[in-house]
Amino acid sequence: MAPADAADFLDALTRRLGPDRVLTGAAPMAAYESDALTAFRARPRAVVLVDSAEEVVDVVRLCAAAEVPFLARGSGTSLSGGSLPVHDGVVIAMNRLNRILEVDPVRRTAVVEPGVVNLTVSEAAEPYGLYYSPDPSSQSVCTIGGNLAFNSGGAHCLKYGMTSNHVLGLEVVLPDGEVIEIGGDSLEGVGPDLVGLFVGSEGLFGIATKITLRLLPKPETFFTLLAAYDSLAAAGEAVAAVVASGLLPGAMEIMDNLAIEAAEAAVGAGYPLDAEGLLIVELEGEEQQVAAESELLLEVVRQSKPYLEHVASDPDDRMRIWKGRKSAFSAVGRLSPDYIVQDGVVPRSRLGEALTEIQRLGERHGIRVANVFHAGDGNLHPLILFDGRVEGELERAEELAGEILRLCIDLGGSITGEHGVGMEKRQYLGEMFDEADLDAMRRIRLAIDPGELANRGKMFPDAEAPALLSHGPHPLEVAGVISRE
Amino acid sequence: MTGAPSRPGSAAVVAEAVRGAELVLPRGGGTKPALWSVEGAYVLDLSALSGITEYLPSEYTVTALAGTPLAEVEARLAAEGQYLPFDPLLVAAGSTVGGAVAAGANGPGRLRYGGLRDFLLAVTFVDGRGEIVRGGAKVVKNAAGFDLPKLMVGSLGRLGVLTECTFKVFPHPESCATLRVAGMALDEAIEAAGRVGAGAVEIECLDLAHGLAGWDLEIRIGGRSFALDARLKRAADLLDTDVTTLSGDADAAHWRTRREFGWASPDASVLKLPLTPATAGALEQVLADLDASQVARVYSAGIQQAFVAWPAERVADLPALDGALTETRLTALALRAPVEAANKPILGHRTGGELLRRVEQALDPAGRFGRL
Repeated sequence: MAPADAADFLDALTRRLGPDRVLTGAAPMAAYESDALTAFRARPRAVVLVDSAEEVVDVVRLCAAAEVPFLARGSGTSLSGGSLPVHDGVVIAMNRLNRILEVDPVRRTAVVEPGVVNLTVSEAAEPYGLYYSPDPSSQSVCTIGGNLAFNSGGAHCLKYGMTSNHVLGLEVVLPDGEVIEIGGDSLEGVGPDLVGLFVGSEGLFGIATKITLRLLPKPETFFTLLAAYDSLAAAGEAVAAVVASGLLPGAMEIMDNLAIEAAEAAVGAGYPLDAEGLLIVELEGEEQQVAAESELLLEVVRQSKPYLEHVASDPDDRMRIWKGRKSAFSAVGRLSPDYIVQDGVVPRSRLGEALTEIQRLGERHGIRVANVFHAGDGNLHPLILFDGRVEGELERAEELAGEILRLCIDLGGSITGEHGVGMEKRQYLGEMFDEADLDAMRRIRLAIDPGELANRGKMFPDAEAPALLSHGPHPLEVAGVISRE
Repeated sequence: MTGAPSRPGSAAVVAEAVRGAELVLPRGGGTKPALWSVEGAYVLDLSALSGITEYLPSEYTVTALAGTPLAEVEARLAAEGQYLPFDPLLVAAGSTVGGAVAAGANGPGRLRYGGLRDFLLAVTFVDGRGEIVRGGAKVVKNAAGFDLPKLMVGSLGRLGVLTECTFKVFPHPESCATLRVAGMALDEAIEAAGRVGAGAVEIECLDLAHGLAGWDLEIRIGGRSFALDARLKRAADLLDTDVTTLSGDADAAHWRTRREFGWASPDASVLKLPLTPATAGALEQVLADLDASQVARVYSAGIQQAFVAWPAERVADLPALDGALTETRLTALALRAPVEAANKPILGHRTGGELLRRVEQALDPAGRFGRL
């Protein structure tokens, strides 16, 4: 774009939004230059703070007319670099679109704007005995719009699914500024599932401006069991036994010794420090049903011979157990100046094999790896610890991260369970899918957004990448607000 | 087209057939003729593309070729105490894996954990260019690439010919039983359904069936045998009226009949309509306005969908129904319909047309599958 055109473009944005809501220049835009994948940083052309869906439409239309790439950003907690600015593009900050428009207890739906924080949906639904199920660890700060773009998960996905399973209807601004409605407020639909296609598209199909979410009745009771093992493999075998028993727990999580130590030091969850593997299994639901299931669960877990078992005695005890688990990543981060977290998936029965191999790869690179994972659905979270100030360590850590992703593909799994491909895993998408598969995805992208304006450079292996500039923890992470999970 | 195989036995042969056709639609078990009996279309019979290719009970995943009868899948899962939680329709009638996904229709049991969209993990399909495309992954959690499996749910054969599907499966409840309250007024039944639904009791199915004496409310509860009686009592207390209980074989047979459309006349068209408890009244009004208040129908899966049996003698009125649904912003899918109605399987209100047009352009630029 010629300088004169660039000035016209900024003038047009300013005329629409006013000077206070169009940020340019290094200092005002600094907070928007990176997200929770801190290894990358990029300088946008401008950051605009929108107040309404109409403003989103107008900004997108201005970008489309000037062929300027853009992306919507919520709280910037993406671990895959999905909300990293497009170099010289426009960042549309959605945080002010944070109204919960409606909670309908009869239909069990909430209609929200995309800048609404995940946890506030459950808070708004609470008076009706309802809640919003997907629970990423950053749920106190991450937004529904970001959850939607990356199909975010959490610890409770096995039974009730990820974000995609809880989005019923959308109002969307397509990349050329056309506004459409897809889905509705019923759990059922007719015709191709366009809502399903949109969720998880990483911002490449445009921006959702109004979202109808499904709410679930709050479980009447929980039964939370902690079991400690003297090997990680034994904890993994316990998970297999629970699955074989026909039980369907709401969550099954495993932590290794390094993660236990860090979590314990950070929040004092009461975890046994000498455990090599710690298993958390949680049943949820109706009292009589959970009572019947818990007997079977205890019987199954005891056969796996934990050296210690503990059942949460009350809601506070349960919260303490989960606090340790949910803080594990930021806690492990304190052991090391930098870290990379991956979220590859392997078939559940191959978890043991995957963990052994990750350990071996870490030793070969001379890099420590801590593990916390959603064992119920085979979703690993290897945490690769390194010091970016030591020359070559970042490169070695990235090489190790890549080897772990390839391992997940080789074992028949996926390169990402819940963080998305984003910037970080683009080069591995082509290893997971064949050229014909990628070509079909590219055709869909180009048919929807021929100019590749919406979140340009993400997901596809051949996309143009911004420069790798710096590293260090995210400001919100330093403040203890977010964790990399 | 000439010389093309009518019963391809592999994805590669399907691809060849698609490349050679001007207008082509897939047919599985033939239970939902409205999806493929389109005038001028070459019908690709997928029944030879059959068989379970991988079943890993410990992974909660099953993979089958698209022409595999669902009855075969269900039997294999049942032997391991597992099931397809979306509760497929027309299983005994011969419905196949690919047909179920393409129709995107679920049975009453989808209420508990979700529908096809929530349980389809991976697909292989032949797109309109004759390319074999894979989407998703054969593991229970995955966020890599666009969610092509979900796009294929409800695609009615118009975006691709499915050749293989992977589903997430769950352990089957140990035992189930059903409470029934007969002869209610619709408002009263919807209110009672809301009362039980809002309580703590976890429900497998909740249907309202239209009968001669009013509406029958049916609530199915499943889980550990040991706790079932106490939970049934709890739900019955919430209903606070006379209930009868179906259990064991009677319970199973009842719900089998429901999803086989055994309650509908064999020559009736069967329509599926997504709705909510708040919009059921709008459908009732549409039917009343068309003098069709006596047609057999069921509000199913917690009143999130209706199945309506439109009588054969009133096929000529389907366009009027189409118009009335559009006005009330309701949508219907003709699952079973006579050939003359099949050129338009979706009736009533439509959304997302512009996005769908672009997706069709990407996957089927020449329009070989026709347009929705």
